[in-house]
Amino acid sequence: MTETATPLWEVFIRARNGLSHKHAGSIHAADAELALQAARDVYTRRGEGQSVWVVRSSDIVASDPVDKDMMFEPTASKIYRHPTFYEIPDDVGNM
Amino acid sequence: MYSQGLIGADGKTDEDEAFLAAFQERIDAEQKIEPNDPMPEGYRKTLIRQISQHAHSEIIGMQPEGNWISRAPTLRRKAALMAKVQDEGGHGLYLYSAAETLGISREEMYQQLLTGAAKYSSIFNYPALTWADIGAIGWLVDGAAIMNQIALCRCSYGPYARAMIRICKEESFHQRQGYEILITLCNGSDEQKELAQDALNRFWWPSLMMFGPSEGQSVHSQQSMLWKIKRFSNDDLRDKFINATVPQAEFLGLKVPDPELKWNEEKQGYDHGDIDWDEFWRVVKGDGPCNRERMRTRRRVESEGAWVREAALAHAQKRAERQAVAPVAAE
Amino acid sequence: MAKGNILFTYLLRLADDHLILSQRLGEWAGHAPTLEEDLALTNIALDLIGQARSLYSYAGAVEGQGRDEDQLAFTRPERDYVNALIVEQPNGDFAHTIVRQFFIAAFMVPFWREMEKSGDDQLAAIAAKASKEVAYHLRHASEWVVRLGDGTDESHARMVEALEDLVMYTGELFEKDPVTDAAIEAGFAVDVSALEDEWRQTVEQVLGEAMLALPEVGYMQTGGRDGIHSEHLGHILSELQYMQRTYPGLTW
Repeated sequence: MTETATPLWEVFIRARNGLSHKHAGSIHAADAELALQAARDVYTRRGEGQSVWVVRSSDIVASDPVDKDMMFEPTASKIYRHPTFYEIPDDVGNM
Repeated sequence: MYSQGLIGADGKTDEDEAFLAAFQERIDAEQKIEPNDPMPEGYRKTLIRQISQHAHSEIIGMQPEGNWISRAPTLRRKAALMAKVQDEGGHGLYLYSAAETLGISREEMYQQLLTGAAKYSSIFNYPALTWADIGAIGWLVDGAAIMNQIALCRCSYGPYARAMIRICKEESFHQRQGYEILITLCNGSDEQKELAQDALNRFWWPSLMMFGPSEGQSVHSQQSMLWKIKRFSNDDLRDKFINATVPQAEFLGLKVPDPELKWNEEKQGYDHGDIDWDEFWRVVKGDGPCNRERMRTRRRVESEGAWVREAALAHAQKRAERQAVAPVAAE
Repeated sequence: MAKGNILFTYLLRLADDHLILSQRLGEWAGHAPTLEEDLALTNIALDLIGQARSLYSYAGAVEGQGRDEDQLAFTRPERDYVNALIVEQPNGDFAHTIVRQFFIAAFMVPFWREMEKSGDDQLAAIAAKASKEVAYHLRHASEWVVRLGDGTDESHARMVEALEDLVMYTGELFEKDPVTDAAIEAGFAVDVSALEDEWRQTVEQVLGEAMLALPEVGYMQTGGRDGIHSEHLGHILSELQYMQRTYPGLTW
């Protein structure tokens, strides 16, 4: 008999103030508070965290890799968005 | 703690040539494969099998060492051992999570372990009899594990590689704490030195077996290498381990229990005696000293914890229902 | 009793509480209901062993006879251990462990908070660190009390039984005797009798949320501070002291 699955949560940790939260891994927990405690107990054992987020894995909306070309290819040709596209004489100095 | 040379991998796959070629191209270009990417069924299955086997090894591996937490000889050693056994639980957890991204639940993997359908590293079917065994496990078993795991940090599957990087970082203290235990014993009384030698005698060969048998021309293994799930052969990793470990044994003043072990100038490595693969297969198939005990313990833990997991889910359900009945405005 | 002796005995009681509880929690490693909980219980055990080490080391220094943390932790006979009875009670099922942790953490939170004001700098420093740790222990235990009390019929029944089994060991936490009186007089100790109302409030509030109640107690068990223990302690010590007893005087 396989028992009812305990929900999966994704864990995000801010290592230091000034940095954004970064995906650390996932844990299982029945509810949000237990998920937060588990995230703390599992992923911050070596002083890795100043702040923890947990999000139910099923609540994450992800792009489909099949759509990768449509979603992300068109931007590759827009090189004028990057500073190196523009030519400024060296004499002007740093800009 | 560790992954064994994969046992019973089956990389069979049914996709058409064009699909496989496109996938191989990505692998060859060292692109990481991520959870929702298209992948051959054989790749997915091989990974689930390998990652879950690795996770089970971590979880079962908590038993022989956990067995010594209550008897650790000093408070410092007790704290270190507890932290190490805890890490193993954490590593099992990271690995189960990595496998879950491939579409299998932790509950299913547990079920495979408990029914014996999934294997775990045979080393954990050997008993930890004395305190020196805790040193030997850290030094040899974790040392062998690290050889494997460092290679796996570059595995083609993103979540597995990321889990391995985290695990390797955390485990860097495991081997050191084991070796430190043995240094202390070897600098101690005759009785302590005997304990250390005895532990090495019992754990040396099983540690070498951890890398798994020679793959020879195994098709499955070649497929794993091609897909960059596995990056070095079992024999290569084993040799690397022996070359690194023998001088450490000499430093301790201990004798490696292999009369045929000797330095080979030409290959710049050690030659070693034959490994008893009959013993290896016997232990893998269930007839090691502790197989039944390990599984019985795991089954008991699972069944004794069921009411707790059910209660937590039931409470979450009740809470959700109460909130639905009486909605409270958020601040 | 001289002040040094009082401080030594006082430290030893606290250290023994932490060591024995840590030893008990360590038994859960690899045996918890979920992997996540396995890590959580070990974190608590590691906090406790850390506190025990600071307390034993300080006790050894106060005693001034060259005994270090390990000699104090591992080589005394059973009657010389002066921990409270509650910490040596068996883990039982997860409900028993959670109730034991809950009762103790609800006590340790105000205890360490008050100890931060101790006239003894070293104790105050240990308290400052421990305060943060036990705050989490209380939160962890409280959340589980609520889930198990208000979970399934089975979990509720197990919690009721655990409360009934363990409540009789809580009175000892608030006891005073000549050692504590002298310690309070000397300005480094916490008057535990003054913490009982706060403890009861915390406990009853969480139990209320968990659909549970604190059982009435006919008689509070006592004796740990005088070395009169339950039969469980001997078994704990036979494992704890195994190495130091089998191979006396060696370095590990």
